[in-house]
Amino acid sequence: MSILIGRDTRLVVQGITGREGEFHSRAMLEYGTPIVAGMTPGKGGQTALDGRVPVFDTVIEAVRQTGANTSCIFVPAGGAPDAVLEAADAGIATIFCITEGIPALDMVPVVEVVRRAGARLIGPNCPGATSPGRAKVGIIPGSIHREGRVGVVSRSGTLTYEAVQAMTDAGLGQSTCVGIGGDPVIGTQFLDVLQLFAADPETEALVLIGEIGGAAEEEAAAWAAEHMADVPKVAFIAGRTAPEGKRMGHAGAIISGGRGTAASKVTALEAAGFRVASSPTDLPALLREAGYRG
Amino acid sequence: MSGRPQEPGSHAPGGYDRSPSKYPSAGGLARRVKIHEADAKSLLVAQGLPVPPWEVARTPSQARAAAVRFLGDPANATGKVVIKAQVLVGGRGKAGGVKLAATADEAEDVAAQILALEIKGLPVRRVLVGPAAEIVKEYYLSVVLDRATRRLMFIGSAEGGVEIEQVAVDNPDAIVYQHTDPLLGMPDFAARDLAFSIGFGGHWKAGAAIAKGLLRTMLAYDADLVEINPLAVIREHGADGTPVERLVCLDAKITLDDSALTRHPQLEELRDLDAEDPTDIEARRYDLTFIKLDGDIGCMVNGAGLAMTTMDLVKRAGGEPANFLDIGGGAKADRVAAAMRLILEDPNVKAILVNIFGGITRGDEVARGLIEARAQQVRDVPMVVRIVGTNAAEAAELLEAAQFVTAASLDEAAAKAVAAAKGAAA
Repeated sequence: MSILIGRDTRLVVQGITGREGEFHSRAMLEYGTPIVAGMTPGKGGQTALDGRVPVFDTVIEAVRQTGANTSCIFVPAGGAPDAVLEAADAGIATIFCITEGIPALDMVPVVEVVRRAGARLIGPNCPGATSPGRAKVGIIPGSIHREGRVGVVSRSGTLTYEAVQAMTDAGLGQSTCVGIGGDPVIGTQFLDVLQLFAADPETEALVLIGEIGGAAEEEAAAWAAEHMADVPKVAFIAGRTAPEGKRMGHAGAIISGGRGTAASKVTALEAAGFRVASSPTDLPALLREAGYRG
Repeated sequence: MSGRPQEPGSHAPGGYDRSPSKYPSAGGLARRVKIHEADAKSLLVAQGLPVPPWEVARTPSQARAAAVRFLGDPANATGKVVIKAQVLVGGRGKAGGVKLAATADEAEDVAAQILALEIKGLPVRRVLVGPAAEIVKEYYLSVVLDRATRRLMFIGSAEGGVEIEQVAVDNPDAIVYQHTDPLLGMPDFAARDLAFSIGFGGHWKAGAAIAKGLLRTMLAYDADLVEINPLAVIREHGADGTPVERLVCLDAKITLDDSALTRHPQLEELRDLDAEDPTDIEARRYDLTFIKLDGDIGCMVNGAGLAMTTMDLVKRAGGEPANFLDIGGGAKADRVAAAMRLILEDPNVKAILVNIFGGITRGDEVARGLIEARAQQVRDVPMVVRIVGTNAAEAAELLEAAQFVTAASLDEAAAKAVAAAKGAAA
């Protein structure tokens, strides 16, 4: 098993005929991801990727014709919130939104509509997810992965690749790697992914890659302390030496209440039983130290 | 595999949860645009909010003319004017940037003093002149994007006008939190609820209307913060000379979401380019995120998280980063060359570390940009390059042919860059 994507993934790519959409769809297909449909309004009836993928005008039509259950969105920022709504309305269960630069307030109602539809949104502004050997959705380079049983969750893009590469180089394969995205308003947070990993019998260890700002890492750490006590856990927090972030007036100071710094995150993670690395390359060794034998 | 979401956040049904999130959040390196108090007040007025009159002056004589009008206003209960520096940093009052004046002569003198100030490195180019308010009671009210719950959240208190974050620590019960509904916004009942919870007393109707107005302002301009401190009951002279009290926005702070500026072209003009670092403006032109620091190792990285990690590892190797620089995804040769120019503009830079993990970004494009940049480079600075991921092999060939110093791992790259900087310094 794996989380979010796996052998039963049937992917529709929204924006498949765009430059980014086509390039990454090709890479996903080469990796073995079952792309069953593409969607671009006005191009229904055509095919994409050298005739291998049928294109539909609407997501609902793609779902009806192909049984798509997962969507990957490469639509530009102006249309991406609408693309998420369309996917949720069509009954897509898992929606990955890769698009960056979406105004934060646009996503507030969208996240709520997705929640009410019983769907899950990953992103926006995220690299997607890979379940090595099964499928990859998004833009993470397939070559850095290796099949295995370590769950990786991160809110960065390229830093995720760095950490995954280090794991693979050390012979530690991954069950699923998820990039949740770095925007202020995202559909799936660290805690949600931890809950999925905790319920996945094939995930036996956890790597969490965080950054300064916000308090999602602290929140996830508290949950893991209680519910993933026996799981070997390691973490890396980027920004230990970054200058003080720009505060959002007094309101920011009130609601952050001292959290959000690298020190606060490292303390919370260590208290929750994570071993915290000072370089991504140290992650595999720390995971071994934590008792992972995979 | 499960497609079913867990219940996100800790909000109650209906969405009018009054408790603060357990782990609320703000901060990070998100790009925000600050605007001046006077501009923020204009946005509030455009949304129908009560703001006492003001004028902006760029010279002492303009300030004098404005003062004459406000001193002669029969509604002015104090018979004085307030003159406030317009700079995009906090702590104006402590720095001498906010002063009262009782006569036109005094206003001109005070404005001259304030316009000569530099507050936290920023020159004061404009002052706001308005009637000095007779304050009866001060409140605090803001609406902010709460990342933990992914909703907008009001924060209010009857203890405004002071360091409100200190109130939050010393007397947390004095702060009221209320989330808005992500689909409906703020229905009237929720606004009344907020007004009664904060305790506006007889001014509850005005308080509820102001809360709705702040939310309207937030949505109209894609702000991520609208903060009024103080929101105050002030006493003015009515038409017949008797005292009249009303609730008004005495100060205003608004920050805007950079991602939304393209759909608000009129707000782009409010951006104070004088208050921004020129390298920052140059960086924005090429879609680069650049923050200057004090060290001597220039860093060029793709991705914010990896850029911060690179800085952390430079520090761990005994060096000091000269900057944070994220070239973003999919950078082509010209963006790389622009990034190199920005780094080299800093005379403190003694070595450069380039760290690229190709995904969307192609390693060979970056290598070409580096080769091009080095050909144009005015000053010889040692450079260590590490390129992995998409098209790394092609990049390695190009770099080898051009005799660049390369590194396989990030730790090795950091160590080499630190050594190069120390060698250059010796």
